[in-house]
Amino acid sequence: MQWINAIIQGILLGGLYALLAAGLSLMFGVMRIVNLAHGALAILAAYLGLVIVQATGISPFLALLAVVPIMAAVGYLLQWGVFNRALSMGGLSPLLAAFGLAVVVTQLLQLRFSADLQSLQVGSLSVASITITDQISIGVLPLITFVVGVVVILGLQIFLSRAPLGRAMRAASDDPQTVPLMGIDNRRVYALATAIALATVGIAGMFLGMRGNFNPTYGDAMLIFAFEAVIIGGLGSLWGTLAGGMVLGIAQTVGAQVNPSYGILIGNLVFLAILAFRPTGLMPKAVTT
Amino acid sequence: MSATSSSTRDLHAVVSPHARVRRATRASWIGLGVAVALILVAPIAPYVVDRGTQGSLVTLFSLIVMATMWNLLAGYGGMLSIGQQAYIGIGAYALVYFADTLGLDPFMAVPLAVVVAGVLAYPISFLAFRLSGGYFAIGTWVIAIVIMLIVQQVPAFGGGIGQTFSAFSELTPGRRIAYVYWLSLAGVVLAVLVTYLIMRSRLGLGFTAIRDDAVAAGSLGVRVTRSKRFVFVVAAMGCGLAGAMITANTLRVQPDSIFSVNYSVFMIFIVVIGGLGSIEGPILGAVVFFALQQWLADLGSWYLLILGVIAILITLLLPRGLWGLISGDGRIRLFPVGYLLQPRPAGGTGAGAASPAAPSGT
Repeated sequence: MQWINAIIQGILLGGLYALLAAGLSLMFGVMRIVNLAHGALAILAAYLGLVIVQATGISPFLALLAVVPIMAAVGYLLQWGVFNRALSMGGLSPLLAAFGLAVVVTQLLQLRFSADLQSLQVGSLSVASITITDQISIGVLPLITFVVGVVVILGLQIFLSRAPLGRAMRAASDDPQTVPLMGIDNRRVYALATAIALATVGIAGMFLGMRGNFNPTYGDAMLIFAFEAVIIGGLGSLWGTLAGGMVLGIAQTVGAQVNPSYGILIGNLVFLAILAFRPTGLMPKAVTT
Repeated sequence: MSATSSSTRDLHAVVSPHARVRRATRASWIGLGVAVALILVAPIAPYVVDRGTQGSLVTLFSLIVMATMWNLLAGYGGMLSIGQQAYIGIGAYALVYFADTLGLDPFMAVPLAVVVAGVLAYPISFLAFRLSGGYFAIGTWVIAIVIMLIVQQVPAFGGGIGQTFSAFSELTPGRRIAYVYWLSLAGVVLAVLVTYLIMRSRLGLGFTAIRDDAVAAGSLGVRVTRSKRFVFVVAAMGCGLAGAMITANTLRVQPDSIFSVNYSVFMIFIVVIGGLGSIEGPILGAVVFFALQQWLADLGSWYLLILGVIAILITLLLPRGLWGLISGDGRIRLFPVGYLLQPRPAGGTGAGAASPAAPSGT
């Protein structure tokens, strides 16, 4: 029973990882940028939520309405100010710029908020749970997080396949030379893609902060978990990312069930095993570039 | 023209009779002179400067070794790694294991530790090379974390607490730091020399081609993956050496600190600030970084913040770093790893170094 419980908790945790990974996946898919600042920006969103909640006393769920647009604006400006220029320079420039950004954001948070652990208070919701049997219960907040993760991924999928802007993003990814000939400015499409990616980062950061503790250095682990979800699931597939997040979540919770200090290690080992034996991931996109 | 011929004589056969190919320039002869002078003067430091200064110089030398190796990976191999701390930790733990646990002579244990880092890097490369670009970067980081988590679980390595390095404990502190200083000096000279020899060789020419365009290089017969694997292993050995130097200097290994991602942060900032893709850049960057570290040490978090901002600005505005600025984008080369084509004057030898891209004039 403990094991079934661990697997259920792992699946729910996987929803959070998939939520985190969606933005990483989107930026890579559209611009071939691996945003090494992804985790740091998620933690930035959590602190943003904390500041708003502490200043106004509103619920973190309401604070999302402010955090998400702010993060989207941050993404738009980052793409205009930093990444578009770095992309035009080619080579390792986008990665190096993103890496520098990760360090800068983490250090800024460290200076402003210190390394103390923080969390976003959601009152009784943090302990509310649905009891299935004596030993199995599903936390309401993890369940909400999971559902939000699925909805965000579903939304992105529909947006990319149906919306005109989504189509422009896929076009800019497939053939960045031809897209400007159709009267579309790549740089603007990229800025909007990063804005959407960081909006999802904002949601992920807020749920991260509601589900558990965080401090400025947590960004490193968040980047790594998001990356592992993307690779386990298979590059270029958002549904794969959801599956990858769940596999990683299950590996971590089952590993922690074996021995509390093994959780992260087992998660990483499962990732390395997938890399070694199934490098295209669980749900590879039919055509990869 | 054969893209991989490495000797100047081969090139002479294919270029115009009115031009000649040179490798050394006036700047490189001056560079050689300065390097030889430094290498001859540096060993007397333990007789003239105090222990604290020697310890600081060992730190500087380890930064130069790490940055030189990171540049070999990223600047030439195009591989951005955030996981070089894996080999720093392996080198450090291997040194303690060979010297303390097995009781080998510490000076024997250092080369052995370097070999261990290389031997472990070889199979790891097969895993890491499944990823490319930014995902390669995070993948190397995950591998470093896994190695740290495993080391933490091994009681023989002291678990999470780590170990003290006591092989030097019978020596007086003055003698110990002098030995470590000489060892580190030899290490830094070796690391730069190996990088120079690699870049001057056929392999180095292939790397310059890979750096500029990996697909085109591959189509011309450069063995891209094999060359990358070779520098991956060499860079791991260099970082293993740096780890051994750090441990011999600090006399302690602890998993959280020796496997810290901050080592990779330092390497990246040093190379970006100094100049990616040159041998001189990482050395200059390490000196600048070391000076900033001493100067900004009291500022705590501000120090990494300032370095991060500088690194972003240099990436966006000055992609060849400070050395690119000083050398006029590579016109001055202290380490002659390239080929220069010069017009052959009507009579006698050319006077001085001509423009590196002088037309061949057929």
